[in-house]
Amino acid sequence: MKLNVPTLAQLSAEGKKASVVFWVGCAGSFDDRAKKITKAFVKILNQTNTSYAVLGIEETCTGDPAKRAGNEFLFQMQAMQNISTLDKYEVTKIVTTCPHCFNTLKNEYPELGGNYQVIHHTQFLKKLIKEGALSIEGGVYKGKRITYHDPCYLGRANKIYEAPRDLIKKLDAELVEMKSCKSKGLCCGAGGAQMFKDAESGNKEINIERTEQALETQPDIIAAACPFCNTMMTDGVKNKDQEGKTEVMDIAELIANANDL
Amino acid sequence: MAYLPNLIFFTLVVCSLGLFTRNLKRIIRNINLGKDIDRNDSPSLRMKNMFRVAFGQTKMVSRPIAGILHLIVYIGFVFINIELLEIVLDGLTGKHRLFAPYLGSFYNFLIAMFEVFALLVLIAVFFFWTRRNVLKIKRFWKDEMKGWPKQDADYILYFELVLMILFLSMNSTDSLLQDLGATNYIKAGSFPVSQFLTPLFDSFELETLIFLERTFWWLHITGIFIFLNYLYYSKHLHILLAFPNTYFANLEIKGKFKVNPQIKTEVQLMLDPQEVIPEASPTTPDKFGVSDVFDLSWVQLMNSYSCTECGRCSSECPANITGKKLSPRAVMMKTRDRLEEVGSNINKNKGHFVPDGKQLLNDYISPEELWACTSCNACVEACPIEIDPLSIIMDMRQYLTLEQSAAPSELNSMMANVENNGAPWPFSNQDRLQWANEE
Ligand code: SF4
Ligand code: SF4
Repeated sequence: MKLNVPTLAQLSAEGKKASVVFWVGCAGSFDDRAKKITKAFVKILNQTNTSYAVLGIEETCTGDPAKRAGNEFLFQMQAMQNISTLDKYEVTKIVTTCPHCFNTLKNEYPELGGNYQVIHHTQFLKKLIKEGALSIEGGVYKGKRITYHDPCYLGRANKIYEAPRDLIKKLDAELVEMKSCKSKGLCCGAGGAQMFKDAESGNKEINIERTEQALETQPDIIAAACPFCNTMMTDGVKNKDQEGKTEVMDIAELIANANDL
Repeated sequence: MAYLPNLIFFTLVVCSLGLFTRNLKRIIRNINLGKDIDRNDSPSLRMKNMFRVAFGQTKMVSRPIAGILHLIVYIGFVFINIELLEIVLDGLTGKHRLFAPYLGSFYNFLIAMFEVFALLVLIAVFFFWTRRNVLKIKRFWKDEMKGWPKQDADYILYFELVLMILFLSMNSTDSLLQDLGATNYIKAGSFPVSQFLTPLFDSFELETLIFLERTFWWLHITGIFIFLNYLYYSKHLHILLAFPNTYFANLEIKGKFKVNPQIKTEVQLMLDPQEVIPEASPTTPDKFGVSDVFDLSWVQLMNSYSCTECGRCSSECPANITGKKLSPRAVMMKTRDRLEEVGSNINKNKGHFVPDGKQLLNDYISPEELWACTSCNACVEACPIEIDPLSIIMDMRQYLTLEQSAAPSELNSMMANVENNGAPWPFSNQDRLQWANEE
């Protein structure tokens, strides 16, 4: 089924505007697992008749991995390019499913001249519910044990701990916390450009350590709110041979599934 | 001759304060070797932060046992310092318990309180020592703690132990002398803790007692002056530096990494050479990123001197937990060690640094450590005095990548992809919206 996804270019050709731009991010655009998250979120946007658009082929990497890999030049080049695209369409509000894009757009673009209201999709979904545009009945997740992994760039970096948790509670699920959570949450191992390289030698992979913490809570589902965390935790669960028992899901997917989207 | 003790005491005070000032000046000079960074904004917010984090120790209690024990030693230290003022004045004037006549029964209360704190400090020191040496809590036994850092931590505990015992013994003999009506020993103070030590001393003659009391008094105050000057060589320096360190801490949200302004100018020039950039002159900086302590900011250098070596950062660091070489605590300690090396080079060479063929990168901190960081901010969050090891790691990565093109090869491919296709993977940007057509 082809999804109906408006782009800013289309809208502006029709003389229309979108009230929010959905920043899909590189993982959300190209990574097979992350694309599912993107689609789930788009389905919710469509169902709630949200006025939104994506940049499509006009979007490019925010520069986050380059910056964290020490290439400030490349980061700023990417940022300048994106800012000029966003400003061309007079964008004021951005929602994104990736905490890395979220953090960079929100915190690191202003100094380079890009000023937007940037929202993470968990905050956005919470707002949709509050405004009555979206409602969730627990549905398939009623009573399920769900543990939530805090992405570093959403949690510690931006102090967003509650929005994702509130959404999980809305599913009538049982939210169980890992031994290190919220401001003490352990990284999945992907940040700081680690996603794109092998780890230095040590005695364990970081994602295995984190997955073990998650599995200790005996969850039916490990909820994540970041495409990179999702990949790391999914690999961890596979490594522990727990795929049959525990699923790694983005919060957007949980909500889309609960609403049979 | 009657003034001999006063004179000796005066010399002691002058020497120890003189030495202390000299070393403090050296630390300040070394910190000022760092690059300028503006941390003078929002003074009231900074004050609040300092009171909350350094004075109020709010971040210490996130680990309740260590936090409460530390709080006891800290409060004990602050209060017993009030008593120190009297001791110093006594020493200079040759009086005994100078404050007693002015404070009346409140004086008794104060002395009693100091004694209670001294006891609490002793108990806390015992637990601290046990945690380090019997329970061997892991973060105190990591690689970077071998040798001096481990000894330093123990020495501090022994120092505190001896000082508290001397303080209580001094009071105990004093109270006996007061009861005996010895000249000069006016009736003053109340001794809820040291009274239990009197059985050790009450069989002695008056002269012996006076001798003991004086000995304890002198040893106690001399010990304190030695301790004061020991700070410079020790992680214990944090008792002073924790305050400016939290005052000048980064107040921005943790996810906001600093944007390099020099590179901003260069990028703007590259994108639009015509445009005049008023705020910065288009001079090419001598260097991008950090390879030695001179390239760090003075706040980062102050961070390194303030580090308590508690290891809270490393024990939350995902890389360190999983056995990688990276330890944020070690990053801070190595930065300080290099800065100290540079400092003694300057001392030796009459105020000038003579290049020694060494630098922070490679000689102290290896690329392997730097590349293991996930930039997760756990270390920054964990640090009880708001030290930011991550900023040093990121600045050094910038040097490796921009100046030496020495990023790991996979990261080079990732960056080439970003440059060519606008994504970290080798996909064509034309396919960015492909997902909408798939199911
Ligand atoms: S930011 Fe880097 S050094 Fe600090 S805890 Fe995370 S991985 Fe370790
Ligand atoms: S950086 Fe902070 S948390 Fe880490 S050892 Fe030093 S004082 Fe402790």
